[in-house]
Amino acid sequence: MTDLLKLDAVHTHIGHYHILHGVDFVVPEGEVTMLLGRNGAGKTTTLRTIMGLWRASAGRIAFAGQDITALPTPDIARLGIAYVPESMGIFTQLTVRENMLLATGASGFDSARLDRVLAYFPILRQKWNDAAGGLSGGQKQMLAVSRAMVEERRLLIVDEPTKGLAPAVIGHLIEAFQALKEARTTILLVEQNFHMARSLGDGVAVMDDGRIVHAGRMADLAADEELQARLLGLSLAAHQ
Amino acid sequence: MNLAKQDWAGLALLPALALIALPAMSLPTWIALTVAGAAMGMMLFLMATGLTLIFGLMDVLNFAHGAFISLGAFLAVSVMGALAGWAGAPGWLPGIAALAAAVLASAAICALLGAAFEFVIIRRVYGSHLQQILMTVGGLIVAQQLLVAVWGAQPLPLARPAVLRGSFVLGGAAIETYRMAAVVLGLAVFAGLHLLLNRTRLGLLVRAGVENREMVEALGYRIRRLFVLVFMAGTALAGVGGAMWAGYQEMVTVAIGTDMTILVFIVVIIGGLGSVGGCFTGALLVGLTTNYVGFLAPKLALGSTIALLVVVLLWRPRGLFPVART
Repeated sequence: MTDLLKLDAVHTHIGHYHILHGVDFVVPEGEVTMLLGRNGAGKTTTLRTIMGLWRASAGRIAFAGQDITALPTPDIARLGIAYVPESMGIFTQLTVRENMLLATGASGFDSARLDRVLAYFPILRQKWNDAAGGLSGGQKQMLAVSRAMVEERRLLIVDEPTKGLAPAVIGHLIEAFQALKEARTTILLVEQNFHMARSLGDGVAVMDDGRIVHAGRMADLAADEELQARLLGLSLAAHQ
Repeated sequence: MNLAKQDWAGLALLPALALIALPAMSLPTWIALTVAGAAMGMMLFLMATGLTLIFGLMDVLNFAHGAFISLGAFLAVSVMGALAGWAGAPGWLPGIAALAAAVLASAAICALLGAAFEFVIIRRVYGSHLQQILMTVGGLIVAQQLLVAVWGAQPLPLARPAVLRGSFVLGGAAIETYRMAAVVLGLAVFAGLHLLLNRTRLGLLVRAGVENREMVEALGYRIRRLFVLVFMAGTALAGVGGAMWAGYQEMVTVAIGTDMTILVFIVVIIGGLGSVGGCFTGALLVGLTTNYVGFLAPKLALGSTIALLVVVLLWRPRGLFPVART
């Protein structure tokens, strides 16, 4: 299994604040890698640094062997990385169709792929020409995930997709990610919901205070309650 | 303009304003003032829509926008002067061709200089409103002096094409032909912008970028290139507005653009920053209010637009059709 994404001693400063303190981890190709940790551990900063939305002040980020540390965000995205931010990044004044269209190439939708994506979230087809601002929180998250899936991507980076969503919606999302996993899509997923993390993750990296404090196989972490309690503590108890 | 249900209330201000004014004057006067207000509104829309797009997408407060309005006006003087034979000739074709040449030349040259202005000045101050204000006000002063150096400090007359002089009678009211031409051009530009923004991928990117620039970049689009295009379009439209306003005033001074800047900013704020549809509605509201109040109580004409701004902001603090930004 080759490493599609590799972070090597990555540091990030935001203003005067030193947020990431030498983050190292890898995302193997064809696997789902979960990035876990309590609030403020640096998970979102790590994802934004990978996307070039915040610049790494030291260290190296490589994607498919290419150094992307200093690349502009659009160039990183064009390498085949789809990013779903915690805020979902939905354009509320555009329709559902227009939101999806922005993620496609110049030739527009691949209808077979679009049908497959919308099969996961049929409600989006019903809302196809509605303004995205009128969607519920769960529907917006479905749109954000669908937008990331509507074109073939080499890596899908998703930041806390279940945050604030109803259990039924979370179930839908888990099914969609499960299907992506079965299709051997490479995914880096930040998640506080350990049930979801355990059901999807192949690999896991746990962050605390801007550092990776554990990296390994999800199955090992899921089987070791003492390790879970030590690494995830209150975060786990709150979300399990 | 993507109108949600509640937005019809904002749009309803236009007929409401016109109907409120009707009992205060005779019907022919009302028709003449309504057409004059619509014409002024269309020219304000041309001048203001670039500013609202530049602010909406690029988050840039361009106080030098008035310089491009002035430049468009002076370019119209030069082109119309060079084409005086066409402008003075009888018949529709030569006169319309002369005006079209003046408008297109103003648009093209303002677009090119807008690109240079973005490259030399604006690019250095993205993200800092204070620096933007200082740099663009400085740019405005320099541009005004350059206009004086090229065209002189004396007011220059601009003769309208013969075919657009005079007036015709509609419903017992005398309607200036030039004002109708301004209405037609304004509507055509609004329709063109509407199609561009709603029917093309470029327009889709602009609308998305107005709302969330970062996400547009994360989807793989180089938004800085879009910034240059929008800045050029914005300054081109300012040039078109300046050229048409010059023909309306029939006299051009170096301050013609800066004199309009206050009204242009009022239009943009009433419409909601970043909204082309809001800019269109705001421009018509300002044009109609100025003309109705100018007739009924001339001393209150300028104050009436400020009062309109206050009333709209009390009702909708972010303007009539604000663009949600994340």
